[in-house]
Order: sequence, then C-alpha cells, then structure tokens
Amino acid sequence: MLSFNQDCWFVRKVVRWRALASIAWSVLLLPATTTLFVFLVRFSLFHPVEWISECFGLLTAASTIFSLILLCGVVLVIGFFNLEGYTVVPSIPCSRVALLAKVLHPRQCVHSLVHCTVGMMVMWCASVMAGGRYQALGSPCTRGESADAPEVCLNEYHLFLLLAGAFIGYSHSFLGVVQNMNYVSFQIIQQYKYLRCKGSLPWVLKCSAVQSLYAVRNYVALYFFFGHIPRAWISNSLNLPIDSSVHSLDSLTGLLDFSLLYHLWISGAFLLLTWYITVLLFRIYVTEAHRFPVQSTFAEDAEQCLPKVLSEKRTLIMKFLALQDLALLSQHSPPRRQEVFSLSQPGGHPHNWNAISKECLALLSDLTQRLVAHHDAVASNGRARPPSATSDTRTTSNSSVSSAVVSGTEDLPQTPRPSVLLKTPGSVFLKSSGRGISSPLTAPFTPDLDSPFSTPSLRHLAAQQVPQQGQWLGSVQSPHIIRRGPKLWSTSTDSQANGSALASPVPTPSSPPPEQKSSFMAQWLQNRKEQVKGFMAKRVLVVYLFNKLPEASSQALFADSQAHIWALEGLSHLVAASFSEDKYGVVQTTLPSILGCMLSLQEAVDRHFKLPHASSKPVKTSCSMGDSTYKTLRFALRAALKTSIYRITSTFGEHLNAVCISAEHQKRLQQFMEYRE
Amino acid sequence: MCSLALFPPPLSGGQITLYEANNELVAGSSPDCYEKQHWDPPSLNFPRETLKPHSRPESSSKAAFLDHKDTLWMRSAGAWYMLAYILPKWLAVSSGCVLALIRWMSSFHGSLFPHLTLSGEEMTAEFSQVLDWSDSAIRSFAWHPHTDKFAVALLDDSIKIYNSRSATAPTLKHRLQRNVSAMQWKPLCASALAVACHTCLLVWHVDPSSLSTRPSSGCAQVLSHPGHSPVTSVAWSPSGSLLVSASPVDTAMMVWDVAAENCVPLQRVGGGGVTNVSWSPDGSRLLAATPSALFRVWETRMWTCERWPCLKGRCQSACWSPDGSRLLFSVQGEMVIYALTFSDMTGGPKSAAVVADLSETTFSGIDDITVGGEVQSLAWDPTGERLAVLLKGTEFLKSSLIYFNSSLAFKWEWKRPLNLNPGHILQMFSSLKSVTAI
Repeated sequence: MLSFNQDCWFVRKVVRWRALASIAWSVLLLPATTTLFVFLVRFSLFHPVEWISECFGLLTAASTIFSLILLCGVVLVIGFFNLEGYTVVPSIPCSRVALLAKVLHPRQCVHSLVHCTVGMMVMWCASVMAGGRYQALGSPCTRGESADAPEVCLNEYHLFLLLAGAFIGYSHSFLGVVQNMNYVSFQIIQQYKYLRCKGSLPWVLKCSAVQSLYAVRNYVALYFFFGHIPRAWISNSLNLPIDSSVHSLDSLTGLLDFSLLYHLWISGAFLLLTWYITVLLFRIYVTEAHRFPVQSTFAEDAEQCLPKVLSEKRTLIMKFLALQDLALLSQHSPPRRQEVFSLSQPGGHPHNWNAISKECLALLSDLTQRLVAHHDAVASNGRARPPSATSDTRTTSNSSVSSAVVSGTEDLPQTPRPSVLLKTPGSVFLKSSGRGISSPLTAPFTPDLDSPFSTPSLRHLAAQQVPQQGQWLGSVQSPHIIRRGPKLWSTSTDSQANGSALASPVPTPSSPPPEQKSSFMAQWLQNRKEQVKGFMAKRVLVVYLFNKLPEASSQALFADSQAHIWALEGLSHLVAASFSEDKYGVVQTTLPSILGCMLSLQEAVDRHFKLPHASSKPVKTSCSMGDSTYKTLRFALRAALKTSIYRITSTFGEHLNAVCISAEHQKRLQQFMEYRE
Repeated sequence: MCSLALFPPPLSGGQITLYEANNELVAGSSPDCYEKQHWDPPSLNFPRETLKPHSRPESSSKAAFLDHKDTLWMRSAGAWYMLAYILPKWLAVSSGCVLALIRWMSSFHGSLFPHLTLSGEEMTAEFSQVLDWSDSAIRSFAWHPHTDKFAVALLDDSIKIYNSRSATAPTLKHRLQRNVSAMQWKPLCASALAVACHTCLLVWHVDPSSLSTRPSSGCAQVLSHPGHSPVTSVAWSPSGSLLVSASPVDTAMMVWDVAAENCVPLQRVGGGGVTNVSWSPDGSRLLAATPSALFRVWETRMWTCERWPCLKGRCQSACWSPDGSRLLFSVQGEMVIYALTFSDMTGGPKSAAVVADLSETTFSGIDDITVGGEVQSLAWDPTGERLAVLLKGTEFLKSSLIYFNSSLAFKWEWKRPLNLNPGHILQMFSSLKSVTAI
C-alpha cells in the first residue's frame, strides 16, 4: 500500500525483488510441506502399507492439486502483507492502552480479517486433504427415528476445522502485534541465505508445532463455551440441519476425541508452518547485506553511493543496510576503506570520509540528545515535582535547558511552546497541538509516533521533521520524548499531590503580560484537569490500562539502536584502520569530534543505565516467531560503545594525548587508556 | 623440520630454569632466588588440601534423608514393569522390541562417536587443554590481552583475579560455575571474562576499579542453550564483538552476541561435536576441532568452512601465528607439529607440513633424561617470536614445556616446569607471558 508509493530507487530495485524471490521460494517449498502434512494427517499405525499407498494416491489427486493452487494464493497474500508491514524499527507501546489501540487500529483490523479468511482457506484445504469425516460441510444424515429427515446434514467436524483456521489466523495476527512479528532484525553474523534458511528450519518447525498446540488449547476451550453460536448460524443460513443423532462437538465427550485433537493440531501446525516459512524467508532475504559503492564515476549513480545513501531518512531499510555495509567494509575490505579515505580528484577534498563521518556523528549525537532529554525528564518526574505552571515557569527562568525539555513534555497549555509544531495534515495523531487542553484520556493514545494511528507515510513525514541536532528545543519534538506522555499516570498519589499543590497559584514574575491575562482561564482549566486526573487515577482499570509498562520507555528509546551500533563499529574500525592506511590524514581532522561524540554518548548511556528498569533484563520468550532482539538492543549498544572507544584508544595509544578534546573528556579517555572502565 | 635431538641438553641435578635475562636463561635450585620484576605477583601457591573442602559443600539436613538415585523415568518404568502382569502380552513384547531397537541405535551412535559415552566431567578432562585436568589444582588460566591482569580457575570452582594495579584479588563464585574448563578475557574491554562451565557459559563483568573481593553473582551473565553442555572451549573474536563456544556433545557451535544474549548456532554434523575453538589473531579465521579425526577452519566473513580430515587422530591443540596466516596444530597419537599456511589468494593449502618432530630423545649427561611425547597444548606469543609447547609426560618428567623460536630451529630452549606435581600449568603460561614482557 504505502511502500509502493515511495519513490525510492532502493525499494523499487532491491527490496521488491527480494520480497518476490522470498515469496517464490516459499511457494516452491509448499509441495514439500504439503507432502509432510498429508503423511502426518493420514498416519495410521496399524496399516503402514495402506497408509503409504493411500498418501501417494492422494498426492496426485485433483483435489490436492487444487488445494496446492489455493495454498499458493494464500502464500502470496501472506507475503504481500509481510512486505507491507515489515519494519526495522519496532514500535513499542508504552502502556497497555497503547497496545489496545494498536490491536484495534483499522489497519490491524483489516490485517486480522484477511488472516482469518486466509486461515479458513488453508483449513479447508487441510480438511480436504485429511479426508474422511472432515471432507465436506454437508454430510448424509444418519437416518434416525423419523423417516422425513433431510438428505444432507451439517458436518460439524468440517465446520470445527474451518473455525479453527479462522481462530488461528486471528491469533497469528494478534500475536503479531503483541510480539512485534513485523519487526525484522539483523543477524549478528553474515551467512549465505541457503545455510541460514537450513539452520532455522528446525526451529521454525518446532515453533509452529508449539504455537499450534497453544492455539488448539485456546480454541478448544473457546469452542466448548461458544461453539453452538456459529454452528446454529451456519446451519440456519445454509439450511443444513444439525444431525441430532451424532454427538455435538461442544460437549466434553465430543471434544475429548483424541484423533480429532491430533488432526486439529497437525492442521494448525501445517497452517502456521507455511506462514512462518514465508515470514522467515522474507526476513532472510530482506536483511541480506547489500553492497553499496563508496564512490561512482558516473553522476547518475551518485545517489546510490554510500555517502548519499547514509543520509537517507525516508527509507529506513536502506539506511540500515547502508550502515551495515559500512560496518562490514570497515572491518573486512581494505580496498573499500581506501576509497573512503581517498581525496576527490580535482580539488583534493575528502568528500567520502566527510560525508560518512558526519552522518554517523549526527546519528550518535542524536541518540545522546535523546538520552539526555529523557534522563532530565525522568529525573524531574522522579522527584515528584508538580507539573504546575508555577514550578515550571520558575525553573524556566532559572535554568534554560532542562526545563525547556520538561515544559515540552508536561502538558502546560499556557506555556508558549518554543519549538516548531508539525504542520502535516495528520499532525493530530502526532499530538503536536492541543495536547494539554484535550482530555487526558487521549494522551496515551497519541504520544507514540510509531503507533498505528500514524501510518508509515506519516512516520516518514515526521522523520523529516526530526529536529536538527544541536538544537535543544527542537529535540523536544522528538517522538521518544513525546512518547513519555503516559508517565503522568504512573502514580495516583503523585497527581493527587499535584492537585492540592495547585490550590494557590502564584503568578510568576517572569511571564510576559499577555500571558498573565489568560492565566486565570488556564489555571481554571488546569485545575479541572487535575481533578479529572485525580478522579480517574483512583480507578483500578484506568490505572491498569494507563500504567507505564516497565522497561518500555527504555526499549523505545533504543528501538533503532542497531543503526547506532553499526555507526559505532564502522567509525571505530575506520579510525583504527586509518592509523596505518590513511595516507593523507583525512581522519585526523575529525578525530577530536569523533572521540568527543563517543565519550559524551558513553556518559549519557551510563547515566541512563542508572535509571530504574533500565538495566533489568527482559524475560526470554521461549518459542515464538516474534523477534525480541529489540529488547536487548540497549545492552548491545552499551557494549559496542565501550568496545569502539577501546578500539580507538588501543590503536592510537599515547598519541591520543595530543588530540585536543575537553578536559573532562580527556579524563574519561585516560580511564579507557588505563583499562579501568 | 626441527627435532628434539637438536636441542641442548636439559638441566640436570634438580636445577630449574627461573627466568630469562639478557637473552640467557638463568637456572637455579630454589624458586626464591630470582630478580624482582616490575610487578611482583602475589603468592600463587594453591595447595590442593585447602581447595578440596570447598568443592563438596555438605548440607547438614541432607544426610538425614535416604538418597534414591532413581530418576522419575526409572520409577515410572518400575511401576510399568509391575503393572505388566495385567497388560496384554503383545504390548509388552512390542514395547520390549522398541526399547531394544532404541538401545541398539544409541549404542551404534556411541560406537560412531565414542566420546558420547563419557560423562560430563570425563569429557571435560579428555578435551581440556590443561594436562591432567581432573586432578589439577589449577583448572584454567587466562591473561588479559591488554593489561597486567590474569584469572585463575581453581579446583574448588572458584576463580581468582589478580591485577598489577590493585591489591584486591576478587574471587568469583557462582552457583553454575562448575568444572571450569576454559576462560578468556574479552578483547577491547577491561572487565568481561568468559568462563566455560559444565552446564553453561558464564560471562563475568568484574569492575576493575571496584574494591569488592566477592563480586555478586549478579555480575555474571548466564548464557545457555539446550543441548550445549558441557562447554569445553570459548573464544572471543579479536574485535571483541562475538563469542564462540563449543561443546563436544553438540554438533553446533554457538556464536553469541553476549550483550544481547542471543546466539546463532552453526551446525555441521560430521565429527560429532566441537571440542576446541580458536580464533586467529586477525579475526579472519576460526579453527574448530572435533572429537573425530577432523577439524574445520571457518572463515568469519560469510561463515563457511573447509574440512581438514586428519589421518591419525583428533586435533588436540592448535595455535595461530599473530598475522593469522599460519596454523600450527598437533594430532593425538603423533609426536609432531603440523603447519598449515593460509593466504587470501585463490587456492588454499592442500595438505599440512610437518614442522617439528617431538619424538622421545634421550640426553646423556650426568643422568640420562628422556624428553618428548605427544603435544598437550600449543601457544604462540603475540609478537610471534616464540612458540611454547607443553608435552604429555614421559616416565621421567610428568610433562615438559619447550619453546621454539618461531623461525623454528634457529634457537631453541626447553624448560622444565618448576615442580612436578600437577600444579605446573600456571608456570607454563606465565613463563610464556613473561618471555614476551621482558
């Protein structure tokens, strides 16, 4: 839908072809999985010869061929959704209500609906291949006591499987949201696609079997309680009477049928396996390293070169792959490093190095600013400072930087917002205007820039608006700060205290006269709001929904840190290599800024890890297709940062004393040179 | 090719080599008479008697209960057997047949890979780089690659860390730290130490500026993967970003991203496991030895491997030259050192060449001394000047350490360890390091 509209050469020329190749391979793998399924579903212990001959007969039957064609269509649909929905930066909901909003988002509803339908189709194929009592929706009635019974009755077994398909389809889509299944992570090592695929196939098999087991458990419980509703509906609408002489399936005796459960489990595993293989192949294809040329002799290829591509902000996958390529070239290929260090032919400027180092440093300092702003905001909240006009404006007059951040994140209608608001049509979703006055209930829905309310196109627009680094006030608008909105609901006592603190508003001497005029109105509004907040905060459900999930803010802050890790690795390897390979000394000129940037990031990261929940490890998810790499990215970043600084200090050694950096950084660097960090 | 017959005769009459000064080895009769170095390491005498009690913590209440050794499966099998009277005959017979089939298959598997029949501890002892691992007071030793710091793993499953800059010597203990078989400090990092344990892999983060003598077990990261135990070897990549661990039971070796605690298994079935991994100093290649007569050399860019079948036995020990272009290895059952030369050009080496012959040689002097034997461990110093070789014992010397100049057979010396009880591994490695330091 959206990625097709992007007019980026990389998506057109690379990503789309990779997606197509992955879909083609998953279609080619379908006969193999189908054969496996047929053999397992028709398994009979006591008639092995009959079993094998029957399976071979079935595999060549027309119905199976038709099912295969249908399954190909299913795989195409799933592959299309993979391509549309994938992301390299996961969106992390900070509270339960944000998660709820994600699940109920219209786009997600369409996703779920399609998956339900497609799941039913797969299950129809499965029931046709399983044969026997599952064959068709209608079955001849067993003639009971009355002779006037109709010819064809409803086959509940068939219906049971179809509904199971819909259920598994929905739970796949639902779990996809909860576990961020659309997040594509990059491997720590490079492997050929075939070997990677071979290595992860057993894991995918196990995963689908286990997940299918869970799904069967949930589905059987659901069917036991609510199974009669769809059965009656289908029976009425299709005019198929229910055979009264057969046990209905929503009873204990009906459900405790071992062979039924086995067939259900195998069919569910088959369904999930085909989908998981599609997802796996897509991930493997999309994250394959792409080699960008460092410089090109032709002007028309200039936009495909590494320095240009690195500064790209719209197509994140391209930026990530470019950074990965930078990290790889800095480690493994001396000839390409030479190109980075080379000078331009007329003029003798190190354009390549300048562009690359500038982009990497911009990335790193952006992260530093984000961390500092987050830390300041959390520290002020942690001290339970009332977010009232008085205290905030007072601090605004006192200190400049930190309070600007605070006033940007707390909802203060009367403080003039110093930063530029987003002027995109969808800016309502980005919560850039009218934040304070609107009901507090909207806050947790809106703060997340990556939330499903902001569609990818919006995200791109927002990315363009991401402030230039170096501007403090600008960074307030960065999504990760805004995301802190639900923090207000963290403690009920806090907001109650706020309410009482507001009883006596003190006009601030520093505020300009026009603001004083409107301050009464604003104070009244503020008071109302605090009262509503205090009232709501006492309700258990509200607290449950709006409470911030622990760690989530930390995870969200480091959600795109894979880029920073590569930037750090690339920079440090290039700098280390420049010690012996850089003939013209182009790296020397930027060495102070690189060191300064890394050391201040190190300081910010150290401070961040002192916050509560920042250093707690996430629980490991046992067997699911969702990739939880993003949960530990902050630890990886911390380690990569230290290693990078050590790489530079151990290469340059005593020479670093001659580099002019600030005294504080010098002291920190000395710690690294003595191996004390 | 160099052989032991070319070596000058060893010292005799209870003399031991103490240190090297002005390119000469100085011998003496007592270990106390050596010159002071710039860092006088603390006393590193670990008597076995003091170590043993720690390893068997007897809880007081445990003795009151009868120990039953049956596992749950054995008990249910017993119950099954007792119920067998009421079971139909055919079921008992058929399940007996299935059981026999499974036994036959597992014994067949065991005959293919004999090491799988060993218990965990025996396996660690078998594949360890340390001589006489199960009885040695010192189980493992690791120098920090950048500073004067080392870690010693002791028989009582504790690890001590000595640092030239601080007087405190932290002792690391962890519930899961059993049967330490290998350790390595993370390169480009001051604090991280990877420890290969019986059931898992531990990564300790020991803050060098901390004054605590007992870092809590919260400082250790536990990395484990089902089926990947006992871990017998660990290797950090020289760039410090990846950690590779190997287990003789698991055919896959694990590549860990330690900070994120996720791993990528690299599976190759042949060989039946991986015993020893070693990363070339330039980070471009990785050696993985298997318990069978086969080892692999992985290139670390796309992680493909080449197989190197040996004729005689498994690869016991190996080391890389500092530029990563040469690999020296020794094979179990042969008293020679082989060399392989790799280059980035097309067409790698076709076969390994013998570079040193270590067969038993008798030096006649005041008393005849016989030196030589199979190689236990190889180490090449980072400057590439000397190669240390630890030999398995003969009847006269329980072990001997020799070293070569790496221009091989230009100048050579051999050195006997300080004492002949099994605590000599420390002397071996520290002597190698001190050679590089002087």
